[in-house]
Amino acid sequence: MDTDIAVKVDHATVRFNMATERIDNLKEYFVKLVQGKLMFQEFLALKDVSFEVKKGEAWGLVGTNGSGKSTMLKLISGILKPYKGTVTVNGSIAPLIELGAGFDGELTARENIFLNGAVLGYNHKFMEEHFDEIVDFAELRDFLDMPIKNYSSGMAARLGFAIATIVRPDILICDEVLAVGDYAFQQKCEKRMTDMRDAGTTLLYVSHNMESVKKVCDHALWLNKGSVQETGSVDEIAEKYMQFEKER
Amino acid sequence: MEKMKERIRTFFGYKDLFHELVSKDIKLKYRRSFLGYIWSILNPLLIMCIMVLVFSHMFRFDIANYPVYLIIGQTIFNFFSEATNKSMWAILGNASLLKKVYVPKYVFTLSTVTSSCVNMLFSLGAMLIVFIFCHVMITPWILFVPVILLQVYIFCLGMGMFLSATTVFFRDIQYIWSAVITAWMYVTPIFYPIQQLPEWLQRGIKHLNPLYSYIQQFRMIVLDGACPDPRLVLYGFVVALTMLVLGTWVFFKSQDKFILYI
Repeated sequence: MDTDIAVKVDHATVRFNMATERIDNLKEYFVKLVQGKLMFQEFLALKDVSFEVKKGEAWGLVGTNGSGKSTMLKLISGILKPYKGTVTVNGSIAPLIELGAGFDGELTARENIFLNGAVLGYNHKFMEEHFDEIVDFAELRDFLDMPIKNYSSGMAARLGFAIATIVRPDILICDEVLAVGDYAFQQKCEKRMTDMRDAGTTLLYVSHNMESVKKVCDHALWLNKGSVQETGSVDEIAEKYMQFEKER
Repeated sequence: MEKMKERIRTFFGYKDLFHELVSKDIKLKYRRSFLGYIWSILNPLLIMCIMVLVFSHMFRFDIANYPVYLIIGQTIFNFFSEATNKSMWAILGNASLLKKVYVPKYVFTLSTVTSSCVNMLFSLGAMLIVFIFCHVMITPWILFVPVILLQVYIFCLGMGMFLSATTVFFRDIQYIWSAVITAWMYVTPIFYPIQQLPEWLQRGIKHLNPLYSYIQQFRMIVLDGACPDPRLVLYGFVVALTMLVLGTWVFFKSQDKFILYI
């Protein structure tokens, strides 16, 4: 494989079982089995999607709700496996799919920093060394010994972002996570992302805020109902997408 | 083989997560309770006292050193029951996390069983108090205890792997399991002597219930101060490892589909 490619998605299809017909108890399972109705109604969240991201590029993923953007990011970060096709990733990934996903509400922020760091695969010693840096970036020093369940969503997001971006990963995946932060913090996060991009990190960014996408990214992928509508430079795609949205 | 090596390497990459999860469980267990960790010792003692009262006055069994007999069975069985009950939630309870970050999924089952094991180690303190109180002669065979606990741990881990994976697909298992655990408790000689049962049932328990083997090994060491029957030890290890292989196989076979059901 080419060494300058960070992410390669090759004819990937993701299949979901529609939640309406979910069989998760034995009785239903046997009833359906007897009736011969064990086939589920399938739903393809992504249909035969192919694209390549070169190292150091910043891609914005745009599309309406339910068009498969988040599924795409989950596929790339390894949470979902493709039903058909392949996904190849070169390098370490920091996923920011929902900030603070690894937080335990009962634990204090201090304890959660170590837990979340471990979830992302950083060791304890590393986290100790960078503890102050994280706390300073999140600006939450006064609330360190408070259980996370008492945090506002914005505060939790700050902490999550600070932890996830403490190392410079090869690939940073960002899914609409900054929406809950206040303006100043959003600016701070955007700056950190652009800094990372300038230092050579590959970026995959989902946001409904076109201005933000244009500012951070150089390429864009437009998904529509699970298929690729178009790929290209960010300005061109953003233009077409906005046009499409208006006409709808 | 390569795949195996890769898996082991990934596990070492996530050993800190494993460590954090275990210590989280232990830290949270007694947080905001007044006596904290003392409960780990006090709780088994209290339950044992009640059982001793019930079974030496209401239903009498002719067993020498009954409190010792009882607490050994009780400790081992509680570990099994806690580990299996909790591991059913190991995957489901961490659904929000598994949907957002890639983490090897078995880490959750492994850490759940391990934190139950740590709780059990705490309750060995209660056991020791009972031993001293009942003037048990401690012989060098006591050093064999870790080998027994290892067998139980492996068995629980196998069971936990199996349950945590299957519960994702069939939530009914959590209800069935509580009945299974109750039945299992009665077919394990925890508070009664096995000699009281009819011959056929005795044979059934000795052949099919690994918990009997673990508890019996423990009792031989403590109550008789003797070497545990090697056949029991061999049987214990074989069943535990078989369960582990089976449970892990089911888990790995189905883990890619978890995400669609959690």
